[in-house]
Amino acid sequence: MNGWSELDRFLRTDPRDVGCAQAMEILHVYAELVAAGEPTGQRYPGIAAHLQACGPCGEDFEGLLAALRDETR
Amino acid sequence: MATVNPAVDQTPAAADPIDPESAEWLGALASRGEQREAALARLHEMLLRIAHRECRRRGPRLRITGPELDDLAYQAAADALVAITRKLGQFRGESRFTTWAYKFVIFEVSDKIGRHFWRNPGVRLDAEDWEKLPDRFGFEPAREAEWRDLLAALRRAVDTELSPRQRRVFVAIVVNAVPLDALVIELGSSRGAIYKMMFDARRKLRAALAANGYMGHDTAGRS
Repeated sequence: MNGWSELDRFLRTDPRDVGCAQAMEILHVYAELVAAGEPTGQRYPGIAAHLQACGPCGEDFEGLLAALRDETR
Repeated sequence: MATVNPAVDQTPAAADPIDPESAEWLGALASRGEQREAALARLHEMLLRIAHRECRRRGPRLRITGPELDDLAYQAAADALVAITRKLGQFRGESRFTTWAYKFVIFEVSDKIGRHFWRNPGVRLDAEDWEKLPDRFGFEPAREAEWRDLLAALRRAVDTELSPRQRRVFVAIVVNAVPLDALVIELGSSRGAIYKMMFDARRKLRAALAANGYMGHDTAGRS
């Protein structure tokens, strides 16, 4: 049942989640590492957890990453 | 109570020496006269390009098109330029200067889109359209017998487990599909504060559903 798993995923919280303020503060550093193909999961697990759960911050991250990738084309 | 944790990640290492291109930007923007004006004009041009690209990327999902989308990009680029020049001293060289600057224009696009949401006169913050909840999570109408009790339990938990403010935020975002950034503007709050409220609400609701046998216990979400 898709709805059940979607609701379960939505309600699940990750204790590593750093919240919006810290994610926004460091987003440029994180995005550059991701754009360069550097591993980020171990160094910034809380940012990764937050960007997965927070729609607006995730959207900002995708936008910043797209801007960086456009530059290198 | 588990909270959004501000200390879990490493802070960036002490900033490396600023790369030459970023140093050039900083020098030009800190100068006076024609050199500064030229740097500002060039930066604005770059911010505007990023803002347009970001508006085009998000536009199809927002039902904003044409001149309205262009206007939004212009406003975002202009406000980002002001923010960047005001916060120039905060740039620590942890990334390239342009990446740091692009972050501001992306944030401004989000802010402008959040504000634009309230231009739709059909949106009401306090309406409670619970009938749309199954669709929001992708529950299939044909299988209502399987999920009816779960969503009834969720609604009971929203009414009994959440504080009035948590309930208001949950209903606005989840039931009425108000974007979080739009709610931030309407409530005069911050993205972080609203997210934290939702984070706590999600934990409470999941715990209530688990206690009543609707979901497995989520030990990872407990502190």
